[in-house]
Amino acid sequence: MADNNVKLRSKKGHERRVNGTIYTVLTVMSIVWLVPFVFLVLQSFRSYKLEKGGMVDYLIPKTFSLDNYAFLFEDSNFFSWCGKAILLAVAVALAVTLLTHLVGRALDRADASRSRATLTLGAAMALCYVALAVVAGAVHGQALGQRLVPALLGLVLFVAAGVIFARIYLKQDDKLLRSIPGYVAEDKHEGAKKVAALAAEFWALALLCQCIVAPMEASQYIRWYGNTLTIALFTAAIQTVIVLSVSYALSRLRFKGRKLIMNTVLVLGLFPGFLTMITLYFLLKQMGLTQAGAVPGLILIYCASSGMGYYISKGFFDTIPKSLDESARIDGATRFQVFLKIIMPLAKPIVIYTVLMAFMAPWGDYVFASYVAFGHQEGYNVAVGLYNWVNTNDFQNYFTRFCAGGVLVAVPITALFMALQKYYVEGVTGGAVKG
Amino acid sequence: MVDLDYLKLSKPQKMLHDLGQFFVRLPGRIGGGLKGLALAVGRCLKGLGLSIADLFTTFKNGDWKTRLSYLVMGSGSMARGQWGRGILFFLFQTVFNLYMVNFGIGYLSKLNTLGVVETYKEGRKTVYGDNSFLILLYGVLTLFFVAAFIYTWRVNIKQNKISQQLLASGHKLKSTKDDLASLADSQFHKTLLALPTLGVFVFTILPIFFMILVAFTNFDYNHQPPAKLFTWVGLENFRTLLSSGTASYGDTFRQVLFWTLVWAFFATFLNYFLGMFVAIMINKKGIKLKKVWRTILVMTIAIPQFVSLLYVSKMFAADGLINTYLMKWHWISQPIPFWTDPGWARFTIILINIWIGIPYLMLIATGILMNIPADLYESARIDGANAMQMYGKITLPYMLFVTGPYLLTSFTGNINNFNVIFLLSQGKPMGLTGNAGHTDLLITWLYRMTVSDTNYKIAAVIGIMVFVVLAVINLVVYNLIPSVKNEEDFQ
Repeated sequence: MADNNVKLRSKKGHERRVNGTIYTVLTVMSIVWLVPFVFLVLQSFRSYKLEKGGMVDYLIPKTFSLDNYAFLFEDSNFFSWCGKAILLAVAVALAVTLLTHLVGRALDRADASRSRATLTLGAAMALCYVALAVVAGAVHGQALGQRLVPALLGLVLFVAAGVIFARIYLKQDDKLLRSIPGYVAEDKHEGAKKVAALAAEFWALALLCQCIVAPMEASQYIRWYGNTLTIALFTAAIQTVIVLSVSYALSRLRFKGRKLIMNTVLVLGLFPGFLTMITLYFLLKQMGLTQAGAVPGLILIYCASSGMGYYISKGFFDTIPKSLDESARIDGATRFQVFLKIIMPLAKPIVIYTVLMAFMAPWGDYVFASYVAFGHQEGYNVAVGLYNWVNTNDFQNYFTRFCAGGVLVAVPITALFMALQKYYVEGVTGGAVKG
Repeated sequence: MVDLDYLKLSKPQKMLHDLGQFFVRLPGRIGGGLKGLALAVGRCLKGLGLSIADLFTTFKNGDWKTRLSYLVMGSGSMARGQWGRGILFFLFQTVFNLYMVNFGIGYLSKLNTLGVVETYKEGRKTVYGDNSFLILLYGVLTLFFVAAFIYTWRVNIKQNKISQQLLASGHKLKSTKDDLASLADSQFHKTLLALPTLGVFVFTILPIFFMILVAFTNFDYNHQPPAKLFTWVGLENFRTLLSSGTASYGDTFRQVLFWTLVWAFFATFLNYFLGMFVAIMINKKGIKLKKVWRTILVMTIAIPQFVSLLYVSKMFAADGLINTYLMKWHWISQPIPFWTDPGWARFTIILINIWIGIPYLMLIATGILMNIPADLYESARIDGANAMQMYGKITLPYMLFVTGPYLLTSFTGNINNFNVIFLLSQGKPMGLTGNAGHTDLLITWLYRMTVSDTNYKIAAVIGIMVFVVLAVINLVVYNLIPSVKNEEDFQ
């Protein structure tokens, strides 16, 4: 009995020692893992004016200053632009709400049919679009004539898109509509009002985009940042659609040539990606998408071959039971409906994973981005711009500014990643096990 | 060796034996593969023969609509009221004809020489001759286009045959509306795959074909279109890259390949075991703050590599923080040559790669460790196994089995791991012939060949060699690791 006790106690002591070691190892590791990032932040506060912007032999800056960050925004009207954008957004939101109310009530009173509602709405939208475009032009000190073509294009495109979109969504659930500020849902003529609300919202957004995109005079860094953000957003949207289509088709549909496609992708994947760089550059050049036009070119490159990265999401689709499809098919659903209404709602984790990966990848791409932009600053992404600050002789003393720029990239990306970490882990573990 | 002897061997011995057997059986396997290939070719030829014979019988038995389709694609479909299909076929043929007459034939006819008319200067004006680059690129494109045309033409005839049979037996044909509706249902895969396939074709397959062909030309700095022509040179570039000699890159290639494999080995397996180790530590019962530890480690995945790696590479520089502080504290008198000495540079790269590599493995291993049935450990403990034994007999085999395919993809990925090398050392220190550095992987060397040396021919050969290396590794591993072949075996 006593012997047993001694054994137990020694076992407990052993356990405690093991745990102690583990805690020590983990603590040391955590320090090693975090230290470079702490250093990065610390050095980003060393002023390149008061001290030295390059490499120095001390870590903690003598005085903490925001000079590096200020430099990133220098020569740009970023803040005034932000102010204008916010003002404009508020104004548009107010106008849209008012308009929706008025049109909705008018339609209500007239007991209008759907087609008349659409017509009236289209006309009202067109009128107000023009009015607001004039106002926006005045705000930016630009005559409307200068931007006539894009303005007209925007008008046609977004009136049409708004109406079509609204009509599609009319039949469906209200959730989407309820989330819109100008929307009022209470009475029997909801339909017409929904059309009004949604379409007006669309057009308002379009207008806002038009005013925001064009007139900002950005500093280099903000331009690079904007480029990267644009690339990342578009890539995320398009790539997700492509990857999901491919993986769904290969996972759940059976057709001739399926194996052939999978084997071809396997073989193609063994060629190094940069092998084809000059050809891609040439193809882009033919389309006018290099150098200053690098942003759409890069989006094209990132998305074009993204269908080859279907493995992880295919692995996910493989795990959804086949019986779901079958029962829906028996009920008369087409394969398209099964895809949209049955599988997609279940595939939320993998959709988020795909979006996250597609969004994060462009932030780190140096190779293609630098090759395609080739010396044209306006086509750079952040990676190319900051790489040049560190590794080119023309930019001595830009080290602390690199640190500041890096911090501004890392913070939002890290926050996004941490927020969606759960989905990332799911995707990575699922993908690794299935290969 | 008899089965019984084999069963008596220990694990490593078995592995060795398997490996030996693999090479012993290799000639047989290659023979088998060749035989299979011959059979496949035979089958293809037979299919082709049947197909041609079918063309004749269809023509003989066909009505005028079918026969007209041999000449004008889609006319049969249109005549039978299938307007949608008919118009598409017809359009395709029209586009093809226009393309061939205006571009295709010109480029195809020059493909064998890649152009002969030199660009020359007439006073101040430059008169452009043939552009070899365009000839090669559009030549390849035209070849693909012709193949696609033949295939479509064949489909068009087959459809006529089927339609004719259907009508003869009293069925109705599908209308254009039915065809469109089928795109959302029975032909849904076509809707889903059309755009991605087109993208992969234009931006991956076509360029890869083009570059493979470039490997057989003398396309480099001295032969750059449009000013200069380049032409076919056969296997000369392969000789330049593989043979040793003053003018060739054989020695460099071997060194770079060796380092690439060493790097990929360490980057894969060091990270694998360390990551697993960390995962086991964090997952151990009684360890608190599991989530915090994980979140801290995952930071290196979340922060874009060009920020973290560029910063760290500067930290290790000669005037970087590490060296300056070590010198300040008088631990060293000279800066440690992290990036300037080949050995140090390689060591530092592998070390820093641990920093960004472990978290991935930790996440993966965590997921798998949780799936190992707890009763396995329970019964092992009752049998008196200690922690090491449990690890060796339960955890490791399970992990290795489940992550077999991952290890393979990870190894492949590391051979092509451009970012880490490029952001840390850019391949430096330099010093090998062929403008290669001591930490260059094949892929970074390829990059430098393309971007700074514009030596496209050698870059293309390097690319093909990477493909060969990866294909060999994949084949060998595929034959050795059971779980790559079939992941449902393990119980």
